[in-house]
Amino acid sequence: MNREELHALLHPWFDGELDAARSLEFEKHLDDCPSCRQQIENQQSLRKALTAPELYYPADNALRRRISRNLKKAVRTESRMVSHWFSWNAAAAVVILAVGIVIGVLLRGVPSSTSSKALVNEAVAANVRSLMANHLTDVLSSDQHTVKPWFDGKLDFSPPVKDLAAQGFPLMGGRLDYLDGRPVAALVYKRRLHTINVFVWPAATPPSLPAGSGSHDGYNVIHWTATGMNFWVVSDLNTEELGEFVRLLQSPG
Amino acid sequence: MDNPDKLRRFEQTVLPHLDAAHNLARWLTKSAPDAEDVTQEAMLRAFRFFDGFRGSEARPWLLQIVRNTFYSWREQNHRLEQSFSVEEEAVEIADDRPTPPELHQQDLDARLLRETLATLPDDFREVLTLRELEDCSYKEIAAIMNIPMGTVMSRLARARQQLERLLRQRIAGVQP
Repeated sequence: MNREELHALLHPWFDGELDAARSLEFEKHLDDCPSCRQQIENQQSLRKALTAPELYYPADNALRRRISRNLKKAVRTESRMVSHWFSWNAAAAVVILAVGIVIGVLLRGVPSSTSSKALVNEAVAANVRSLMANHLTDVLSSDQHTVKPWFDGKLDFSPPVKDLAAQGFPLMGGRLDYLDGRPVAALVYKRRLHTINVFVWPAATPPSLPAGSGSHDGYNVIHWTATGMNFWVVSDLNTEELGEFVRLLQSPG
Repeated sequence: MDNPDKLRRFEQTVLPHLDAAHNLARWLTKSAPDAEDVTQEAMLRAFRFFDGFRGSEARPWLLQIVRNTFYSWREQNHRLEQSFSVEEEAVEIADDRPTPPELHQQDLDARLLRETLATLPDDFREVLTLRELEDCSYKEIAAIMNIPMGTVMSRLARARQQLERLLRQRIAGVQP
C-alpha cells in the first residue's frame, strides 16, 4: 500500500471500520507519520467535544405525548377501517338514497338529532380517517375551478371553494365524506405539514347548532353556519393559525 | 396483524428511538418547530409502514423514514434557500490569517461547535450527525442516506476536514 492509500484509511480506522489486517497496516504507518497522528489527535478532541449535551436534541415530553396520542388514534382508525372500508362504497350509495328519502322526508325542519358533541367526535374521526387511510383527496388539485365542478353530480349542493394559496394555505383537493348522517364535501388545505379538513354541507333552517370552537383528541375544531351551509374545520394546526384560516374562509370574495 | 398488538410492538421496537429521530430532524431542519413537525409526521409514516418492517434494526429504519420525511417536507415547503451543495463547497477559501491552532490544544466550546456544525452543507452535517451523534456504522449510514459505503467514507472524511477547518478559522478569529 502506498502512502496515499494509507492516508485514505485514516477515517475508517478512526471509526473502527477496518478489518484486522488493514488496521494493523495503518497502525504501522502511524508510527512514522506525524501528520496522521496529528490529524487523529484533532479528530479525537472533535469527537469528544461532539458528545456535549448541548449538541443533542432529544424529543421533549410534550412531543412524546402528542405522538403517543396520534398513534393511539391511528390504531382506532385502522381498526375501524377494516370493517368500514370495504363496504364503504356500496354503503355510500345506499346511504345517499336513504338520506334523500328518510332524512329528507322525516326530519325536515326537525332539529338535528346529532348533538354538538357527537358531531365533534364524528368530524375529528373523519379527519383522522382521511389522514391514515391515504384517502385525503378524491380529486387532487390546487385549482378551485377543478375542485368545485368535481362535486357536481356527486352532491346535491355546491360547496364554496376558495383559493388561499397566496395566504399560505394551499388547496390540496377535495373528496366526499360522510358526516351528520349525510354525504358532505371535504375540502383539504395544507399549512406546512399540517392538513386542514373543511367539511361543508347545507344547513337546516334555522341552524341546528350555534357556531363554536374547541379541541378534541388534540385536534382543533371550529364550526359555524353561513350562506346556508354548515362549515366544520378540523386540524392539528395551532388555534392561532387555524383562526386566521377561518377568518380568510369567512371573508367575502 | 391485530391493531393493538401492532401498537404494542411498535412501542417496543420503534418508539425507543424517538430521541434519535428528533435529533436527526433537528439537525436536518435546523429549527425546533420544524423538527417537531417532521418527527410527528415521520412517526405516523413509520407506524403506517410498520407492517412491512421485517428487519431487525429499527433505528436505521426509522432514521431513513425521518430523512425521507424531511426531504418531502422541504420540497412541499419550497425551501430552496437550502445550503450550498458539496461540490461548490470544495472551493477553498483563501485565508490570510495566521495559522490557527491545532484543535487538540483547544478547549472546544459546545456553542461554537453547534454553530459551526449548523453552517456545514446539508450532506456533511447529516453524515456527521449520523456518525458522531447517533453512532451509526458506515453500513447503517449507507442504508439511511441511500449511498454506497465508499461514498460514506469519503463524505465523512471531507465533512470532518471542513468542520475542523471552519472551527480553527473561527477560533483564530475570536482569539486576539
